[in-house]
Amino acid sequence: MIQPILSIENLHTHFLTDRGEVPAVDGVDLYINPGEVLGVVGESGCGKSVTSLSILKLVPSPPGRIVDGRILLKGRDIVPLKEKDMRKIRGDSVSMIFQEPMTSLNPLFTVGQQIMETVRLHRGRSRKEAREHAVGMLRKVGIPRPEAIIDEYPHQLSGGMRQRVMIAMSISCSPELLIADEPTTALDVTIQAQILELIRQLNEEQGTAVMLITHDLGVVAEMCHRVAVMYAGKVVEEGSVHDIFKNPLHPYTRGLIASVPRMDEAKERLYSIPGNVPILSTEMQGCRFAPRCPEVMELCMQSLPALTRQEEQHSCRCWLFDREQEDAV
Amino acid sequence: MGQAALQAPPPKAPADQASGPWRDAWKAFRKNKTAMAGLGIILFFVLIALLAPWIAPYDFKAQQLVNRLKPPSAEHWFGTDDLGRDLFTRVIYGARISLWVGFFSVIGSIIVGTALGILAGYYGKWMDMIISRLFDILLAFPSILLAIAIVAILGPSLQNALYAIAIVNIPTYGRLVRAKVLSLKSEEYITAARAIGMKNGRILFSHILPNSLTPIIVQGTLGVATAIIEAAALGFLGLGAQPPDPEWGKMLSDSRQFIQKAPWTVVFPGLSIMLTVLGFNLMGDGLRDVLDPRMKN
Repeated sequence: MIQPILSIENLHTHFLTDRGEVPAVDGVDLYINPGEVLGVVGESGCGKSVTSLSILKLVPSPPGRIVDGRILLKGRDIVPLKEKDMRKIRGDSVSMIFQEPMTSLNPLFTVGQQIMETVRLHRGRSRKEAREHAVGMLRKVGIPRPEAIIDEYPHQLSGGMRQRVMIAMSISCSPELLIADEPTTALDVTIQAQILELIRQLNEEQGTAVMLITHDLGVVAEMCHRVAVMYAGKVVEEGSVHDIFKNPLHPYTRGLIASVPRMDEAKERLYSIPGNVPILSTEMQGCRFAPRCPEVMELCMQSLPALTRQEEQHSCRCWLFDREQEDAV
Repeated sequence: MGQAALQAPPPKAPADQASGPWRDAWKAFRKNKTAMAGLGIILFFVLIALLAPWIAPYDFKAQQLVNRLKPPSAEHWFGTDDLGRDLFTRVIYGARISLWVGFFSVIGSIIVGTALGILAGYYGKWMDMIISRLFDILLAFPSILLAIAIVAILGPSLQNALYAIAIVNIPTYGRLVRAKVLSLKSEEYITAARAIGMKNGRILFSHILPNSLTPIIVQGTLGVATAIIEAAALGFLGLGAQPPDPEWGKMLSDSRQFIQKAPWTVVFPGLSIMLTVLGFNLMGDGLRDVLDPRMKN
């Protein structure tokens, strides 16, 4: 079996708030193989972003804190690592791009200075070498006239261009894993397609593994090899893109897929999952989705189902598919 | 397909090469007439202060006891004071003192205040507790009272007045910077900087500090005006400049008994204080209009 580049085991990241401790990430298990694109899907507040920030240990602390679990990067647990050692990982073997290209670049520096920073930090290159490298990176991410753009300030570039710059910055040390936290949400549709294509190309040409966080199932279908569906701080279903779309098991996943508009069916209204995301607390019992679930059972309210394997690569966290429960019945 | 999709938007028209955040601000500042007037007044006084020995017709210490309290004339443009010293000369030399105290006390407050504010804002926790309480204590006293107390401890002199004014104004800048750092800390580019593995110190100096500069510059410009008034007030109370130094506030207090007999002895130093303060205030307001994004539109 191949060693995954990243595997997250039973990760708990909690936030201390006025209303008590909020388990934003509540026992997440995930893995990403080398060269793979994993889609992490879920609605706002389900813990996608906090999971990704936890991987680089960038969760603002206080109030956030990794309470439990292991994050294995190429087999090495990084949870106990010190800040100094984390800095060596960040931007080098694991890097990240963010949702808002408008705000993730420092307005006071030229884009070149910001790209060069990464290389100079991790590779100790000279200013001249770093500059050449940055020009090369800008060219690689499809920016026209990179020699000129490198001296421009972020406010002179469009949103799509800035996101390209962000990508250039994050891949300048050839990371093995790229975490993309909703990289296209803030962009318009045509630019979205270009940016996704760029990420796909990086994945195919460089073999960079990508963790693509999104709430757009269309993007997942387009880009990913495997998908993890998150709900209320937990992974509820995980499998290959094919399995998830053709044979969704968890009622939440089915609801998500049913709520995507389709070209081949004329519907009056789109399906929407009734109810709201629950307010997270450490004292919750039972399945987190039970209050909104169309197939809720007595058991769902009382105890939490485990993430169980259904097929070779398809797992689901639901009592409907829990074999032990079937045996018990 | 991959290459085609990578063809980014067509190249824009060559951008204005000489364009950076600061250059843009200067362009906007130049259009602001009142701010430019403020800058003009300041430059005027700076020039006078620098060229004082060449412009001033007399020695500011030279007493001509036969010419006491003479009204303005061709020989003495601003008249003379009760010791027969030329007021025009003294007002010119006074610009040196006031600007000197204004600039350096503000620079002192800014250096200390910014350092403390950044520490408090960025590291938070107990560091923030201690520094913020320190600011609260300083702010609990009326500033002039605190300045008087400090001068009383250090002994009355221009130098000590400058220290006192600097110390009193530290919390103004400290709290400003702390607030700015707190808001910058949650900016995505700070997270992005951490995500590429940048060290705290580097983030502080290359990302947080430059982005906190604008409110400091605005507050600093307005602060020079306050500092000049405070220095004049301390001078007036006899706690600042000592005779025979021609400090404007001191000149006011020395002449206040002659205010009815020889009004020019107070009018000219008073006007000078007013004009410099006005200049700094106009320029400060203009800078704020240009640099503070909230004031746009």
